[in-house]
Amino acid sequence: MRGVARARWVVCALSVALVASGCGGGGSSGGSGVVRASWGDPQNQLEPANTNEVQGGKVLDMIFRGLKRYDPRSGAAENMLADKIETSDQQNFTVTVKDGWTFSNGEKITSKSFVDAWNYAALVDNKQKNASFFAYVDGYDKVHPTSGTATAKTLSGLSVKDDRTFTVKLRTKFSTWPDTLGYVAYAPLPAAFFENHAAWLKKPVGNGPYLVDSYDKGSSMKLSKWDAYPGPDKAQNSGVELRVYTDNNTAYTDLQAGNLDLVDDIPSAQLKNVKNDLGDRYINQPAGIIQTLAFPMYDPAWSKSGLEKVRRGLSMAINRDQITDQIYRKTRTPATDWTSPALGDKGGYKAGLCGDACKYDATAAKKLIQDGGGLPGGRITLTSNVDTGSHRVWMDAVCNSINNALGNDRACTVNPIGTFADFRAQTTEQRMTNPFRSGWQMDYPLIQNFLQPLYYTDASSNYGKFSDPKFDNLVDEANAESSADKANAKFQDAEKILAEQMPAIPLWYQNGSAGYSERLSDVTLNPFSVPVYEQIKVG
Amino acid sequence: MGRYVIRRLLQMIPVFIGSTFLIFFMVYTLGDPVAALFGDKAPDPATAARIRQELYLDEPLWKQYLHYMGQILTGDFGTAFNGQKVTELMSNAFPVTLRLTLVAIVFEIVVGIVLGVLSGLRRGRSVDTSVLLLTLVVVSIPTFVSGYVLQFLFGVKWGLVPPAVSPEAPVDELILPGVVLGLTSLAYVTRLTRTSIAENSRADYIRTAVAKGLPRRRIITRHLLRNSLIPVVTFIGTDVGALMGGAIVTERIFNIHGVGYQLFQGILRQNSPTVVGFVTILVIVFLLANLLVDLLYAVLDPRIRYA
Repeated sequence: MRGVARARWVVCALSVALVASGCGGGGSSGGSGVVRASWGDPQNQLEPANTNEVQGGKVLDMIFRGLKRYDPRSGAAENMLADKIETSDQQNFTVTVKDGWTFSNGEKITSKSFVDAWNYAALVDNKQKNASFFAYVDGYDKVHPTSGTATAKTLSGLSVKDDRTFTVKLRTKFSTWPDTLGYVAYAPLPAAFFENHAAWLKKPVGNGPYLVDSYDKGSSMKLSKWDAYPGPDKAQNSGVELRVYTDNNTAYTDLQAGNLDLVDDIPSAQLKNVKNDLGDRYINQPAGIIQTLAFPMYDPAWSKSGLEKVRRGLSMAINRDQITDQIYRKTRTPATDWTSPALGDKGGYKAGLCGDACKYDATAAKKLIQDGGGLPGGRITLTSNVDTGSHRVWMDAVCNSINNALGNDRACTVNPIGTFADFRAQTTEQRMTNPFRSGWQMDYPLIQNFLQPLYYTDASSNYGKFSDPKFDNLVDEANAESSADKANAKFQDAEKILAEQMPAIPLWYQNGSAGYSERLSDVTLNPFSVPVYEQIKVG
Repeated sequence: MGRYVIRRLLQMIPVFIGSTFLIFFMVYTLGDPVAALFGDKAPDPATAARIRQELYLDEPLWKQYLHYMGQILTGDFGTAFNGQKVTELMSNAFPVTLRLTLVAIVFEIVVGIVLGVLSGLRRGRSVDTSVLLLTLVVVSIPTFVSGYVLQFLFGVKWGLVPPAVSPEAPVDELILPGVVLGLTSLAYVTRLTRTSIAENSRADYIRTAVAKGLPRRRIITRHLLRNSLIPVVTFIGTDVGALMGGAIVTERIFNIHGVGYQLFQGILRQNSPTVVGFVTILVIVFLLANLLVDLLYAVLDPRIRYA
């Protein structure tokens, strides 16, 4: 018996060397055809309008389909459940829902499934974190007042015409609004969601290509293919098993040992080995994420006139190429505007809009900063949370770059903050008096999503409180344009104002990275850096 | 004895209140956790206000603490941000960590005491020197180094065990993590046992026992070991608490969803119910383990009596 056991170990060790297969038993459950993928514990409960981060978004992307869906490759918004969305004035929209769609529990999807879901999301009593997406709809201020209780239960801008049509009245003109409808917050919800909420949360029911088999909060979720799925993008595998990993290093090790098929976050320590370890089973492609350094424009020390020279100078003092090469090993790309290449031409991306201000030039940087009156207070501090994303490392590098350009070792220092929660609280309360990190992950692949929420006067995520009437005007005009191309051109004009004013320094575009085992093929990442699970083939 | 135990148990009450308040205060001073729930987006003020109200975060610190303590006394430890009851998290996490700790403790007791006795009895010989050298090496290697290295060797290179532990965490998968967790303590147990054995083996009562003609085996197990284990028992007692709370690194490396994982998650998200709840239980474990150690003294050393 002992000899047998030992022989098995030897065979195992050998087979690991040949093909990475799992040995030792236990843990490697999941039948053939099931993709075993890494996962993180979703921060919030899994409701469409309450999920604003990637981990929960992964699941919702598998079990929900909305009116529109972003093409996993190009990012273009294409009709999914929508038959057509029509408008004559860019403000009143008539939505027609396709016939023949049902939820996986058999319930028919009608216009009411959407309207009820949207009303639920917008109502302040339901505390949905994505409620602000419905701020564009008429009547939002009644169901979601900034303080006090709601005076209405439903959005007055939504009304059901018949089983397949409903109308939406927006507060202002917003021509590209239909293209935002691929975001998960706009998903339809079955009656079961409202009738037995607790049970639904335990085992969510949707209308996507997968069904939730079991959900063990904090550790794993098993999904299987929904055979009767009516959509065109049926699952190519028999199911997905998501496993929560606290440490992406462990997930990577598990992938190497053959206990896991797909890792969608390669640990930074492994970036230099990943090509050797995985070869062409490593994906590194642009995702809709940008990192910037925002200035506290609410602080007169930073916003008085002439300081735009200092802000532009600081931007020119940063050697982006070197930092993205040395620290991130090309998993970040030096930014040349304030959006993301993941948008593509159709979404409004245009390289180089930042112009010279985003090109490294130490002498010009020094001159500009001196012309602008020097750094406020003689020195600056960069602030970011340092619990993830190698933020500490790049902040040090950026500071070094600035110090070298200015020839002053103490011009720039770093202020690391331990947790994201603390950092976010400080930026929200406007306690920053110096540049701070501002990252943005797009909700939908439109240039509007990178500009309006971040730089429009008093916009929801305008942490630096930047305000420029010319910029606001251009955004308003862009939203009123009837064609996407014209709208994009206006938004790009608005970006040129950012290049002059530099309320935030674009640092780099973030890539999505993933690695997978030899069992899988057809693995791709969508522009949101989430694996396109339904296309993955096993075996 | 009974009165002693009752007195010790009563002493735990102020310690319990003090430590929960300290932890509560520390998590509180970390700042507002609600803003982070919205990710990169700025929190919507109305929604954030509702969430704060639901979590009692809009009240002053002392009111929050009283409310929390009131809840605890009724057995309600609050709710984590993902909607799970903290008691549910505990019932999932504590058995896992307890199993891991037991594996580590058994490993360090068995291997540590055997090595310690061997080297203590052969003081100055080559066995002794090599054990001393080996423990020195083990003590100087941090857990995350030994963890990743052993995980890579056993999990990837030789493929003997899965590198990550499955959510159910059966004991056989916990052997490697348990060894990693117990490694440093093992070195201490070995060294403590060795010193104590070496010292006591020259004591008068041992010489008497040898002179009486008792068999060597009986001298070592009944006379020498029993007296030499007192410092070791003290160490292991405090180590139980340290291992349960200090398994954060090991649990991360091997992806074990135990106490360390929940604490880490709770601290990152600044969820005070999770952190305070778990640490409170850890404090109780620590106190009970210490009480148990004190009681064990009396068993090991008949000269010690508790009134």
